[in-house]
Amino acid sequence: MEGERIPRGLGRRAVLAAAGIAASRQARADVATIRIGYIRWVEPRPTISLLDKPARDAGLAGAKMAIADNNTTGRFMNQQFELVDRRVSPDEDPVAALGELAGEGIALLMTDAPADQVLKLADAGAPKGVTIFNIAAPDDSLREENCRSNTIHVAPTRSMLADAVAQYLVWKRWNRWLLAYGSHPQDALLADAYRRSAKRFGARIVEERQYKDTGGSRETDTGLIQTQQQLPVFTQSAPEYDVLVAADENEVFAGYLPYRTWDPRPVAGSAGLRPLTWDPSSESWGGTQMQDRFVRAFRRTMTALDMQAWTAARMVGEAASRTQSADPARIMSTIRGPQFQLAAYKGEPLSLRGWNGQLRQPILLSDGRNVVSTSPQPGFLHQVTDLDTLGVDQPETKCRL
Amino acid sequence: MRSTLGLAALGLATLCAMPARAYIAYTSNERDNTISVVDLDKGATIKTIETGQRPRGILVTPDGKYLLVCDGDDDEIQVFSTATLKEVRSIATPDPELFALRPSGNPLYVSNENDALVTVFDVSTGKTLASIPTGVEPEGMAVSPDGETIVNTSETTNMAHFIDYATQKMVAGTLVDARPRNARFKHDGSEVWVSSELGGTVSVIDPKSHAVTHKIAFPIPGLRDEIQPEDIRFTKDDKIGFVALGPANRVAVVDARIYKVKQYILVGERVWHVGFTPDYKQLLTANGLSNDITIIDVGDLKAVRSIPVGRLPWGVVVNPASAP
Repeated sequence: MEGERIPRGLGRRAVLAAAGIAASRQARADVATIRIGYIRWVEPRPTISLLDKPARDAGLAGAKMAIADNNTTGRFMNQQFELVDRRVSPDEDPVAALGELAGEGIALLMTDAPADQVLKLADAGAPKGVTIFNIAAPDDSLREENCRSNTIHVAPTRSMLADAVAQYLVWKRWNRWLLAYGSHPQDALLADAYRRSAKRFGARIVEERQYKDTGGSRETDTGLIQTQQQLPVFTQSAPEYDVLVAADENEVFAGYLPYRTWDPRPVAGSAGLRPLTWDPSSESWGGTQMQDRFVRAFRRTMTALDMQAWTAARMVGEAASRTQSADPARIMSTIRGPQFQLAAYKGEPLSLRGWNGQLRQPILLSDGRNVVSTSPQPGFLHQVTDLDTLGVDQPETKCRL
Repeated sequence: MRSTLGLAALGLATLCAMPARAYIAYTSNERDNTISVVDLDKGATIKTIETGQRPRGILVTPDGKYLLVCDGDDDEIQVFSTATLKEVRSIATPDPELFALRPSGNPLYVSNENDALVTVFDVSTGKTLASIPTGVEPEGMAVSPDGETIVNTSETTNMAHFIDYATQKMVAGTLVDARPRNARFKHDGSEVWVSSELGGTVSVIDPKSHAVTHKIAFPIPGLRDEIQPEDIRFTKDDKIGFVALGPANRVAVVDARIYKVKQYILVGERVWHVGFTPDYKQLLTANGLSNDITIIDVGDLKAVRSIPVGRLPWGVVVNPASAP
């Protein structure tokens, strides 16, 4: 069982101590167990950079880290946390996995499945009292017209990510954008988010170009020359612009844009300066210790998906210790409550937007080597919290829970 | 340049050979792996000591003879002689961040950030006396004035953990607001204050009942998320508590009898740790992002001067044996 495994490298003495405590705890009747399910969507996904190839335990490692953190705290609260991992591939029905997990009494379930599957899981989980933590799907629709009262969205929306980029570009006075978007449906949604952001923060999209996924365009041994010729041509004869904003969620072309545009211009969005919930280079606000602990435990660096899984499981742990309860209903009402805060190495606490279950959070802007900046940017103000300058705000929401 | 350094070294040599003539402060500079030695009379950094990697927690033994610094990334605590400013010993311990000495001068309580441990050392021999499992990312360490109670804060578990000196066991844990950074006992031992960086509050805890009796917030018009309480110090009469507010760039002056903020003193950028001169007349603040320390006149409650030190100063301590 995942929950009883202590990640390697958490410190031998700490592990021994924890094991000792776990053993002595077996005999104690007053220890409450909180089980968190993880429906893990296993779908091969090609990436442009070899460096971005997902690890086998992508997301899972973050969840394990949080379970270990929760259990360290749990020692003082008489609480024990367990993770139950279920891999589901696209030819399987995640609802069946949900049924099994619910049958085992699991009422708190995170998933990194795509948006349509998240919605199916939410609707299947509702009558069983299951809450879904969406840790990957960025679709605004899940928080708006398709919002569900039993879903918590840890992943930021496309509109939050686009706003995070837009605020920085506007702060830089790079107000003229060339928008390049892909031909997949998600790219159209992401392009919409950038159009909305441009309007919201006073940037101007001088021209839009679509890059069609014709298949086979990803770089191979012989593809380099082709890429070197294709990308300049794709960006040729653009009106005057300051920055190329790329919307390419399926990694078809954006990764090839930096250093290959016709005009010498920076790239932001799906390549270049990217909006992320985490970056392995983030060292501010205690980030270094998170990176250290993660690398020691899992022998690789921590990705945004790992952070989102960590955050979901930590939200449960934090609520369980604050309420001193293992009851999923009480845990969920605490998470949704106005007092709930989670520290997540972002310089300010994360909390929930009560109107649609979206986690409000700062967004890191990474160049792949370092965190360039963190949005919201200085000067983007909000009457409640500046974090609500990112994404769809309460007065605009279509969600009615 | 060389001659200036030579003069400084000469000055220091004289200083060491004769009774101290000035308050000497030390800052741990997290970014450039050094300690700045500051002469508070001259108002200048007079020497820079190389340390291991990522020096953070810093203290001087009560007799003024040794300067200790936590080198987190080198998994060691370095012990320097304050007379020679040379390393005399190194204590191996994983990722030490912050530590506290029992008022008697021994033992030393260290938070091992990555291992969720508090390690207890005999500071004279460097021997480990105990390892106590604590919460995730232990940070703040405080020892009660009578030396009987040790408080450790854990940043991700969000607790103040109470450790009994005699049994070396965890006796209680008190939940506080998000990301507790520091703990400090009043001199009379009646209260321990714990700062919560992200919660933006200081919890006042009764060390007998382990209950939070008051919570202090720090409203500053125009600031919201920047208000991040860090280090805490009390005047000798316990009437005033000074709370460093991190990126709010201010130190709060709290009436410690009624838990009300009297005023805010603007200092340098990202103020984390603070320390008194031995006479309690001046409070020094380590300003991480402006790479300096600010001296506050405790009587006037005014910032009087700033002194440049190394990069990213994290902690500051004044040698208790130095005198003006």
